[in-house]
Amino acid sequence: MLYELHDVSKRYDQSKKQVVALNGIDLTIAEGEFLAIQGSTGSGKTTLLQMLGALDGPTAGSVLFEGQDLAKMTERQLSRLRSNAFGFVFQAFNLIPTLTAQENVETALVPLRISATERAERARSALAEVGLAERGAHVPAELSGGEQQRVGIARALVHNPRVILADEPSGNLDERTRDEIISLLENLWRERDQTIILVTHDSHIAARASRRLWLDAGAVADPNIAGEPVPPEELVPSPV
Amino acid sequence: MFLTYIYRELRRRHRQAILTSLGLALGICLVVVVSATAGGVRNAQTQVLHTLYGVGTDITVSQNATQGSGGPAQFGMNPGSPDQQGQRFSRDRINSTSGLALISDKKVTSIANLNGVSAAVGGLTLSSIHMSGHFAQVTGGTSGPPAGQFGGSVTSTATPSQAPIKIDAFSIAGVDVADQSIGPLSSATITSGRTFSMSETDAKVVVVDSGYAKQNSLAVGDTMKIGGVKFTVIGVSKSASADANVYMPLQRAQTLADEKGKVNQVYVKATSATLITQVKKAIKATVPGATVTTAQDLANQVSGSLSSASKLANQLGKWLAIAALVAAIAVASLLMLSAVGRRVREFGTLKALGWRSRRIVSQVLGEALAMGVAGGIAGIGLGYAGAQLISRLSPSLQATVANAGFPRGGATTFGGSPGGAGPSSAMRGFAHTVTVNLHAVVSPALLAVAIALAIGGALIAGALGGWRAARLSPADALRRVD
Repeated sequence: MLYELHDVSKRYDQSKKQVVALNGIDLTIAEGEFLAIQGSTGSGKTTLLQMLGALDGPTAGSVLFEGQDLAKMTERQLSRLRSNAFGFVFQAFNLIPTLTAQENVETALVPLRISATERAERARSALAEVGLAERGAHVPAELSGGEQQRVGIARALVHNPRVILADEPSGNLDERTRDEIISLLENLWRERDQTIILVTHDSHIAARASRRLWLDAGAVADPNIAGEPVPPEELVPSPV
Repeated sequence: MFLTYIYRELRRRHRQAILTSLGLALGICLVVVVSATAGGVRNAQTQVLHTLYGVGTDITVSQNATQGSGGPAQFGMNPGSPDQQGQRFSRDRINSTSGLALISDKKVTSIANLNGVSAAVGGLTLSSIHMSGHFAQVTGGTSGPPAGQFGGSVTSTATPSQAPIKIDAFSIAGVDVADQSIGPLSSATITSGRTFSMSETDAKVVVVDSGYAKQNSLAVGDTMKIGGVKFTVIGVSKSASADANVYMPLQRAQTLADEKGKVNQVYVKATSATLITQVKKAIKATVPGATVTTAQDLANQVSGSLSSASKLANQLGKWLAIAALVAAIAVASLLMLSAVGRRVREFGTLKALGWRSRRIVSQVLGEALAMGVAGGIAGIGLGYAGAQLISRLSPSLQATVANAGFPRGGATTFGGSPGGAGPSSAMRGFAHTVTVNLHAVVSPALLAVAIALAIGGALIAGALGGWRAARLSPADALRRVD
């Protein structure tokens, strides 16, 4: 099993008041799954995604990745894990504004200490994979929202991660671009057997995942919703 | 990627980067200008002390003459007999500098043998007056001194006629030719000819001060008469203080003044600067009643605009430079912290991509370093220009040393009427003033310090920014709304 979450809770102290972000989550995620985590605003879905990406730790319970408890890893080990095993896609793209699309993709390869030539080559092919082979020299301000998110996806997959963690990847995009981006992720799952964990509040997008998880007030609301992978013929047709 | 990222980030925040660099540049500029000026003032002080004191000399020893010793200078300007009235006369008088007691050669040897003394040489300063003219013509009743008696005073009820009298007065310093590294000639530069050789212990040779040489049209190879003895000019010297008009071997000066085995000044060099106080005490014990003056004593007596400039450079200037530098570093630190504050999400993203805190800190430090180097170079450029401007303007500074038992210097403007103040009083209680031009000195060491300060300041600012970036938890950073 890729992930095992046992009774995971996360509480924040916010101005004398304790906020419960996650409350006793038990969850397993297998390799090759396309998991959609749904929920309304404040349901804890982004917190759960950050825990799965080793960006945050639980206040109670344990998060195991490939059998290793993330809470017991040092900062150095966590950095290495993030640079090797995870690829993040953010709602606001989070590209470095001063760097070109090519250089932004390369930032994910910097911690791997590979040669500049190999780094550039791999970044170029990742950009080509998301259909931006010709846009590598442009800075984010010169790209459309959809193109920026494609750069974000190229950056997430350039180092061949075990898991792509996407936080509302289409949240800042129009409907047409949203479908393009989701189709891109879906193709990665289908063609490369890439494990994808996606946070969304959009049921239309969640319906295209192999499994859905509904969070409500930090807890799994309806375990029954986490069913079997959706057969391809039942998926919403891709516009691309 | 590291350098590209730094370059692009600085270009994006170019206004802030320029402001930070300019702040550091201003601080460095002030440090360079103030330090260069202070260095110039120190050089001026050293120059003044050397001219007043002699290079290499740490201590001078003299003894004040006791009251009642010596006597009035008598020149015998009165005709001895009526038939000498109106006749030509020529008189030479060479005396040990008034106000200074003579010290035996043996005391010099005793001082040289003291612990902590590296070398001690004696010197004899003399004043020479040559008077020539015609005896006065006395009209009316006379009750002058007996015939054949020179000197004394005219006691006449008659009125003497005005007789033109030519006076040539100058000072002489007897130099120990065996060791000229200390003593009167040590602060002088030989501009033509040569100085004394070791063998010229009693030779009839002189080195003349350039001012005196010019005034009297003397050049190397010329001869001059002193006390009726012909001396050959072997060199012309130049020193700001003009310790004496004429320098000659000590033994010859002693012969001339008829003071064999006597000196009136002892120049002492200590084996170490730390021993000077101890040596001073030992000398006082060896030569009771002696006036022992150290370089520090002399430095403490320096007054005038040089002293004010020194105080200004050392006190106000130093603190001004430090304050400017601290302010520049503080501003740079605040700007760096603010810049990091605006890039929280960026650093959170990089951490999510697996960048270690150390790498992010080095990125911030790299940006700060670039600004520091730019600020340092600009600051050095501005500071150098400022120092050059000061050197170009070359303000003159005056240093005055009141006489405190330190009978040196060019009290050489005797002249005046024979009945006036005369050389004796002119040599007593003088205040010596030396004028030097201030040149700000920008040394390679100062430039190295300036660039180190700029880089150090920038690294402090960068470290603060980096520390803030390193403390960020990636989850918190990503939650931050820009």
